[in-house]
Amino acid sequence: MAFWASQSLNSLALGGLLFMLAAGFSLIFGLMRVANLAHGALFMLGAYVGLASVQAGLNFWLAALLAALAVGVVGGLIERFLLRRLQGRTLPQVLLTLGLAFIIADACLMVWGGDPMRLPPPEELRGAVRLGDLAFPRYRLFVMGASCAIGIGLWLLIERTRIGAMIRAAVDDMQMARAIGISASALFSAVFCLGAALAGLGGVLGGPILSVYPGLDADMLPLALLVVILGGAGSLLGAFIGAYLIGFVYTFGQALVPDLAYVILFLPMVAVLAIAPNGLFGRRLS
Amino acid sequence: MRRFIPFMIALGLVALLPLVSPSDFYINLASQAAIAALMALGLNILVGYAGLTSLGHAAFPGIAAYLVAWLSTRGGLGPGPAAVLAVAGTFLVAGLFGLLALRATGLGFVMITMALCQIVWGGAYRWTSLTGGDNGLSGVPRPFGDMLTPTTFLWLCLIVLAVAIIQIGRFAESPLGVALRGTRDQPRRMSALGYDVWRIRFVAWLVAASWGAVAGLLYAWYHQFVSPHMLAVTASAEVLLMVVAGGAGTLAGPLLGAALVVLLKNLASIWIDRWVMLLGATFVFIVLIMPDGLAPGLMHLRERFRKRMASPTIAPPLAGQERIDG
Amino acid sequence: MAEQALEVANLSKIFGGLPAVNGISLSIAPGERHLLLGPNGAGKTTFFNLLCGDLKPTQGSVRLFGEEIIGLPPQKRAAKGLGRTYQILTLFPQETIRRNVMIALNGLRPGKWGFWSALDNNEDLAAEADALLERVGMSDIAGRVVSQTSYGDRRRLEIALALALSPRVLLLDEPLAGLSREERVTVQRLLDTLPRETTILLIEHDMDVALAFAERVTLLHHGTLVATGSRAEIAADPRTREIYLGA
Repeated sequence: MAFWASQSLNSLALGGLLFMLAAGFSLIFGLMRVANLAHGALFMLGAYVGLASVQAGLNFWLAALLAALAVGVVGGLIERFLLRRLQGRTLPQVLLTLGLAFIIADACLMVWGGDPMRLPPPEELRGAVRLGDLAFPRYRLFVMGASCAIGIGLWLLIERTRIGAMIRAAVDDMQMARAIGISASALFSAVFCLGAALAGLGGVLGGPILSVYPGLDADMLPLALLVVILGGAGSLLGAFIGAYLIGFVYTFGQALVPDLAYVILFLPMVAVLAIAPNGLFGRRLS
Repeated sequence: MRRFIPFMIALGLVALLPLVSPSDFYINLASQAAIAALMALGLNILVGYAGLTSLGHAAFPGIAAYLVAWLSTRGGLGPGPAAVLAVAGTFLVAGLFGLLALRATGLGFVMITMALCQIVWGGAYRWTSLTGGDNGLSGVPRPFGDMLTPTTFLWLCLIVLAVAIIQIGRFAESPLGVALRGTRDQPRRMSALGYDVWRIRFVAWLVAASWGAVAGLLYAWYHQFVSPHMLAVTASAEVLLMVVAGGAGTLAGPLLGAALVVLLKNLASIWIDRWVMLLGATFVFIVLIMPDGLAPGLMHLRERFRKRMASPTIAPPLAGQERIDG
Repeated sequence: MAEQALEVANLSKIFGGLPAVNGISLSIAPGERHLLLGPNGAGKTTFFNLLCGDLKPTQGSVRLFGEEIIGLPPQKRAAKGLGRTYQILTLFPQETIRRNVMIALNGLRPGKWGFWSALDNNEDLAAEADALLERVGMSDIAGRVVSQTSYGDRRRLEIALALALSPRVLLLDEPLAGLSREERVTVQRLLDTLPRETTILLIEHDMDVALAFAERVTLLHHGTLVATGSRAEIAADPRTREIYLGA
């Protein structure tokens, strides 16, 4: 019982982190038709910036905010000065983000070295909540709640605000959106910044759980890709459900059959691609 | 067959390298480049001819190398039977992966191939009892016993590479190869003309995987060691860089790209020790500055040069008109 | 009743709640030349895409010479004798005109799976391609790469590719789109040489050419079949005028 409960909480926490990562990826994909392969590296960069800020004496929450902002700015620069030059050319854009992923990852290795480091959770979230015999780490509960809050926030942003309406219009039909006066340029920058900032925030919030190490990017990106393949690109709901699905499969896989934790990820992918090649909630991936 | 002559001359010259090389270092470098070229030629079938960008091509050499290593060390088979089984096994896995990856094209294909390769990587890394985990499998026995010196190993690689160049070169001009390019440019028209687009892509995928598997065998024999590194994202990215940097959709491009990337990687490891950074920077550079790759770029230069030479008096001889490849 | 070349029954395609093609039923006799009329957005091209298999219908049936083809992929329909052209040119731009035709000729032959001998070395196929190009009046430019030919030549090649399959039923989607007056004449001449036994379904906005070509006409509006009949009947139908002038 205790095993199942604690592993379920771990799954939910991992799912929450994956959602923060995949939501941005999926939004960017849906709007700009860019598969941002630097997303894992941005997640890791966020974790490192958060860690460095905490080590410099900043409090955890400020460090998280700072990391999200910093990574958002990096994302904005990438969009404005590099991706934009290749607008509409899908393949070169993918290669560019891949190249940037390597550069960012190696730069992190250069600056922060190769040893794994642990980002301590904030004081007020240490320890566990007791429920009868079961103990739930507070921090993981928080991460789960935070990801749900972010999910609801994003949903409100997209469904209930003016900018959200513009995003939806542009995802549906770019030309039509341009015709009614939506500035694609500003929208692209805004969404790319937002997606990058979410990845950066995810990195900081993930730090206390996953710890921070070189290769964190390469561990997280494929999971995010799986989330998007399962949930369907461009769908917030798809990212949410996909993230928790992968969170559960991976966490329980690691606990029950550690040797095959990765190989098990193959199963949901086979199942979904067999039934719905565009993902559970997606439009065409191509 | 005439268009293969320049390639064969080039390979012949590389085969003579042991005569002038002061140490085994350069001979081994040439072997590495030949193995890399084999992978790049295979991937080019997908990227260049089929228009399907795979970011998981390392899966095929990786699976084949692991299989041959496992079968010939723990499995107790001789290198020959192990090699045959390894290629057959890779072929089967490739068939399964193809069923999944070819559900999509474009970016979906990129994402699925990348995820598939990462799953294989995870398996190699985690399934320690079978794969040795991060330590990999070492002591892979080579075929042909004592006959394989650095020099003869290079020759073996070059012979295999020559076969690949001829097979893929002929494939590219064959009805199936032309149809494959047709599915890249006009998939709807191709099916309206009676072609089964999916099946053509699947065949191309299997051909690419098979050459990847052969490269994996040579890789395992060359290093006598396999580890999860050969399945990492960087490994797939390196092969893709060879294709894109050299020029996708040409026969000479992947060869040129492979030579270049292997050279760059070795030089980088000597001087700056920041290969991943350099790899990333090269991607950014190629995409922004030279999107068509080296081979087409050089061809344009050659055309321009020839035009300047030819214009005043006589037309160039017909043989000279032959292009490296279309 | 004799077997129809094309028998469409209650064919519909609904995109996100909006019917693009709405319950169309239509019979076309063998050898008939049939014109589809209707303003932009009437669902004509969607109708073609349903016939050739690029789109899956929401409901309905299509019989080609008595045989149900809904559910078959496009390449199987091509094998059963259904050919088509596209309103937006759909050619192989980096290949020569001859090679374009050779690719098309090969589509229904087992030789298309050959992976060793060069396509260009197949002399029988090249000769056949040249014969077809002769027929459409393009022999003189057979060796030219498509991207270096004129728009009018490409329009004719678009038709030639469909002809390479010797289709029993041919769907022509605006074969004159974007052509100048002189170019129209060459394509019109090509249309006149099409074999009489080929059943042809045509979408075309150039009324002079289209009405001279077609014997029967169907009028579509908002995805629905408004009227179908002989050339004279449709021309006299007040709804034709209303839809065209009102739109």
